[in-house]
Amino acid sequence: MKIFTKIIIFLIIIPSKSFGLIEVDITRGNLDPLPIAVSPLSIDENSRQNFEKIIKKKNIGDEISKIIEVNLKTSGLFNPLNKDAFLQAPDIANLKPRFEDWNLIKAQALITGKVSYIDEKLRVEFRLWDVLAGKEMVALAFTTVPTNWRRVGHIITDKVYQRLTGEKGYFDTRIIYVAEEGPKTKRIKKLAIMDQDGANNKFLTLGNELVLTPRFNPTSQMVTYLSYFRNLPRVYLLDIETGMQEVVGDFPGMTFAPRFSPNGKKIIMSFAKDGNSEIYTMDLENRIVEKITNHPSIDTSPSFSPDGKFICFNSDRSGYQQIYVMKSDGSNVKRISFGKGLYGTPVWSPRGDLIAFTKLHKGKFYIGVMRTDGSGERLLTENFYQEAPSWSPNGRVLIFYRETKTDDKGKGFSAKLWSIDLTGYNERMVKTPTDASDPSWSSLLSN
Amino acid sequence: MKKLSIRNIDQGAIMKLNKILKNTLLIVLACFALSACATSKKTTGQMQGDVYTGTDTIEYLASGVPDRVFFATNESVLTTASRETLRKQAAYLRKNSKITVVLEGHADERGTREYNLALGERRANAAKDYLMTYGISSDRISVLSYGKERPVDSGSNPLAWSKNRRSVTVKAN
Repeated sequence: MKIFTKIIIFLIIIPSKSFGLIEVDITRGNLDPLPIAVSPLSIDENSRQNFEKIIKKKNIGDEISKIIEVNLKTSGLFNPLNKDAFLQAPDIANLKPRFEDWNLIKAQALITGKVSYIDEKLRVEFRLWDVLAGKEMVALAFTTVPTNWRRVGHIITDKVYQRLTGEKGYFDTRIIYVAEEGPKTKRIKKLAIMDQDGANNKFLTLGNELVLTPRFNPTSQMVTYLSYFRNLPRVYLLDIETGMQEVVGDFPGMTFAPRFSPNGKKIIMSFAKDGNSEIYTMDLENRIVEKITNHPSIDTSPSFSPDGKFICFNSDRSGYQQIYVMKSDGSNVKRISFGKGLYGTPVWSPRGDLIAFTKLHKGKFYIGVMRTDGSGERLLTENFYQEAPSWSPNGRVLIFYRETKTDDKGKGFSAKLWSIDLTGYNERMVKTPTDASDPSWSSLLSN
Repeated sequence: MKKLSIRNIDQGAIMKLNKILKNTLLIVLACFALSACATSKKTTGQMQGDVYTGTDTIEYLASGVPDRVFFATNESVLTTASRETLRKQAAYLRKNSKITVVLEGHADERGTREYNLALGERRANAAKDYLMTYGISSDRISVLSYGKERPVDSGSNPLAWSKNRRSVTVKAN
């Protein structure tokens, strides 16, 4: 698939070292987003015409800058300024911004750039400027195939985000999820994939069989999910580049709740038999299956710590659904959730320090986070029904799904994807063409 | 010794008191249940505790043999009514020895998807175990959990949820 063509990145100038330049603090709720001006990327007329033929957009430079703007705004950390107020022409701004002009419209940071058509390739250079200090913060150029133009916008946003927050971005990523249609009692579900901003939505299955809980391999374009193919609920492995798929393991019963290990080499999942669900791993290289838990209760929703040494999971061995942590060999099982209510779907943060979860208490569902020893529980959002958080690759944002309450006649059901910052701020619906559930966030596609 | 006997008498009195309290509580609860039923629109549905006891949604494997049993929230314990239904199913299956069945276990929408898949499996197995104790061979019974994926009632209320917490016996041939 073309989207996966590797993007070649050439550093023209190594980012200059900072001294007292602007910074964005992402550790607290940001109520005062940084004003940033995204100057449209300049383009010569010849290049513009060439790209118009290929991507059917009038001005690729404008389109890429729009992607950057939307990304920055969605992050909640930046406030992209209205372009009507810009005084300096894009091509000149990219050479040397007149900082007074940008200062006048209260921009603290400025993005400029240039797009050109060279040897049938798309070449983009961009610069990030600190308006107050009058300094260049980042300058980069990349060359790629023209069809990758949206990804260029995402990669630029990632570079800007990283330079201003000190942490990696999450914009050049994709979301795999379950697209839903039809009445609640006969829901049709398909696997679907889209860019993080909702573009390039594509259905991966036809809806002939029920599919649930797709999850990305953190190291490749593989996906694991649950399919009811031939009415046998089994964990499958799907290569989204080739479309090849296979059943994981040879279990005489339902396998479900799959997830990859951090190195992508194992799948961890539940196997249910005779009323008892246990957690197993399967090594994808040598196909060796290991039983990890051994308890007559329900043990499910396993998730590895990023170093692969621990597993958090959901069990009702205490009588009700709670969150437990154990070593990856199944030893040292410890309950970590002790608050009021039921706890489910624990997911270890890619940063390693937190576990996100779903909580049910007094008829309300919450998405929350706690430290890996269960301390510091913090609830981020409350609703009638929501569950299944998935972390952005930098561990700063959670995506989950929410279902509405139906009316007296059972009408008005919908399921949608939502995202929220770890800070509890910036809660927003993620647009999808159909109803949606079970989102899983990919790793960064580049770097 | 004396003290001990006194204590026993006291305990007896306390137990009696407890019984009286429990009975009044039950009556109060029953009143609540009745008023709840009276206010809800679907008067055909009934619940005991939060287990569905009505006949809505039930289909029949044969005359007088209901196809499903219902569960309390988060539970997979068979109620007295459920055991009676399953005994009827067992009798029917003994008479019709060529029939095989799939027990489809379900949960309501008020739980996380993955836990509900496990819960549905546990419920269907509770029904399977009971059928087996009444002489139905395990190779005539397969189990399939749908978790919360296939509700029969799309309502978002306790009555709808009670109908959805179920194990349904479906003929497989």
